Amino acid sequence: MAKNILDFEKPILELENKIEEMRKYEGELDISNEIKTLEEKVLQLKKNIYENLTRWQKVQLARHPERPYTLDYINLMTIDFVELHGDRLFKDDKAIVGGLAKLDEYKIMIIGHQKGRDTKSNLYRNFGMPNPEGYRKALRLMRLAEKFNLPVITMLDTPGAYPGIEAEQRGQAEAIARNLFEMSKLKVPIIVVIIGEGASGGALGIGVGDRILMLQNTWYSVISPESCSSILWRSWDYKEQAAESLKLTAEDLLEQGIIDRIIPEPLGGAHKNYTLMAATLKTALKEELSQLVKLKPEKLIQNRIDKFGKMGVFVE
Amino acid sequence: MAWFKRSKQNISPHSKKTDIPDGQWSKCEECGEIIHNKQLELNLWTCSKCNYHFRIGSDQYISIVLDKNSFKELNKKMISDDPLAFEDTKKYSERISATIKKSNLYDAVKTGVGKINGKKVVFCCMDFNFIGGSMGSVVGEKISRAIDEAYKSKIPLVIISQSGGARMMEGAYSLMQMAKTSTRLARLAEAKIPYISVLADPTTGGVTASYAMLGDVIIAEPKALIGFAGPRVIKQTIGKDLPEGFQRSEFLLENGFIDFIVNRKQLKEQLSLLINYLS
Ligand SMILES: [Zn+2]
Repeated sequence: MAKNILDFEKPILELENKIEEMRKYEGELDISNEIKTLEEKVLQLKKNIYENLTRWQKVQLARHPERPYTLDYINLMTIDFVELHGDRLFKDDKAIVGGLAKLDEYKIMIIGHQKGRDTKSNLYRNFGMPNPEGYRKALRLMRLAEKFNLPVITMLDTPGAYPGIEAEQRGQAEAIARNLFEMSKLKVPIIVVIIGEGASGGALGIGVGDRILMLQNTWYSVISPESCSSILWRSWDYKEQAAESLKLTAEDLLEQGIIDRIIPEPLGGAHKNYTLMAATLKTALKEELSQLVKLKPEKLIQNRIDKFGKMGVFVE
Repeated sequence: MAWFKRSKQNISPHSKKTDIPDGQWSKCEECGEIIHNKQLELNLWTCSKCNYHFRIGSDQYISIVLDKNSFKELNKKMISDDPLAFEDTKKYSERISATIKKSNLYDAVKTGVGKINGKKVVFCCMDFNFIGGSMGSVVGEKISRAIDEAYKSKIPLVIISQSGGARMMEGAYSLMQMAKTSTRLARLAEAKIPYISVLADPTTGGVTASYAMLGDVIIAEPKALIGFAGPRVIKQTIGKDLPEGFQRSEFLLENGFIDFIVNRKQLKEQLSLLINYLS
């Protein structure tokens, strides 16, 4: 039986349990019609629930502990992955992974935040919260990609850059700023995909690119709903309202003109069907790559500057 | 984002009036010295006893750094449009209009062209008095246009940062201002036009993690709070007290993230000298 059930998913689970219970008696009793009816009901219920998620519910799905992470996508979408480690300055940050891979005919550099699945791997990955060396490793790999003319794909999934003493000491702000600056003028295509949580500067630190894609049940904003609640409402209890106010879902960001495309997830979320999710994303990435590789570096960079230049709303 | 939690009043000759009966005196936050406002102004809002740098607004920096009457402001009246119709305990649109009234500013940065010892520069100065100097679309756009002005006219750029970080009430738009300003700075750098970044107290969050840390030369006023995460958040995360002087200018200098610390009284001359070297 599935664990990690979110509150709003409980009615689905109840119904599914009932069906399972009935199956036990299927041999003795003629109840296949009843089961069929219930199965249709479950599907309807799922559609109802997952197509009408509130923003906060989407945030919960984006953080679902069974969701595919960067290394899962790399395994499912690419072959011949060679992971590359270290920033050549201080150490290897486990919260950001990256390396060379083949996405069918495309040789690429793929980089992303990496979370863990259990306590041990979460500690190892620092819960997907990079230190400065993570951003510097990412930059080193991007420069390598530029040198050998390989497109870059980055995958964003972090609760934020790590807020620690050493992180500040080693220049967390400088590391992120440097990446924004260098990614602005990287001479190869960059495709950014938000695969889970896009929390603030810690996400954007590997998020400047030519195309920005967002999986259907993910969020991307300047602050997490919880922190926003604690600051503006001075209490942790307003996260639902904060999520609504921040307008942080894929649909919101498409409407705001910040992302280019929403990648649909399997019913119930990316974690319900890894293979389907990876296949859908792979198709989208190849479509985008086929367009971007045609552009000359100067054009690519000019478009990138214009793209971010348009973001923002003000009155003159 | 430290602005909302500050316990002390902003220190400026204007806001300090309430503390002292006749409004003529200010108290140094560091050493407690009572200083006459005239004296404070002559001293460029630094304490004559302990050299504490009072937090000051963009108008004061303009008067300190730029030649008299040389500043011509650009995009002065650009204001926020509340793109998310954001509401917390208060509507953002109301917060904006109330702040405009109260602070006499249109948003958290003034941008324009001016002269430093006769040499033309593009000059931007943030203002902590406007929603904690937070960066939303207006700050991002005005800074970006200022960078473009430097790029087109081939004149040096100076930005004085003073900010609690990105402005929450504009959500992802605020976040993208970090990318927007950085892409423009990348183009400016390719054209080999100098950019000097000055960090005042405080410079944190999204502003530090974008243009504030991207100067060809980065200088800071003494004891300014400079960092990515706010000290409170770090303390909460690690569950320990923070070391003395953590995230202050001297700490950044020691760790190699700024070029030098500048006393406000030397700010203009140092900027002038740097510009002379780099252009
Ligand atoms: Zn003093």
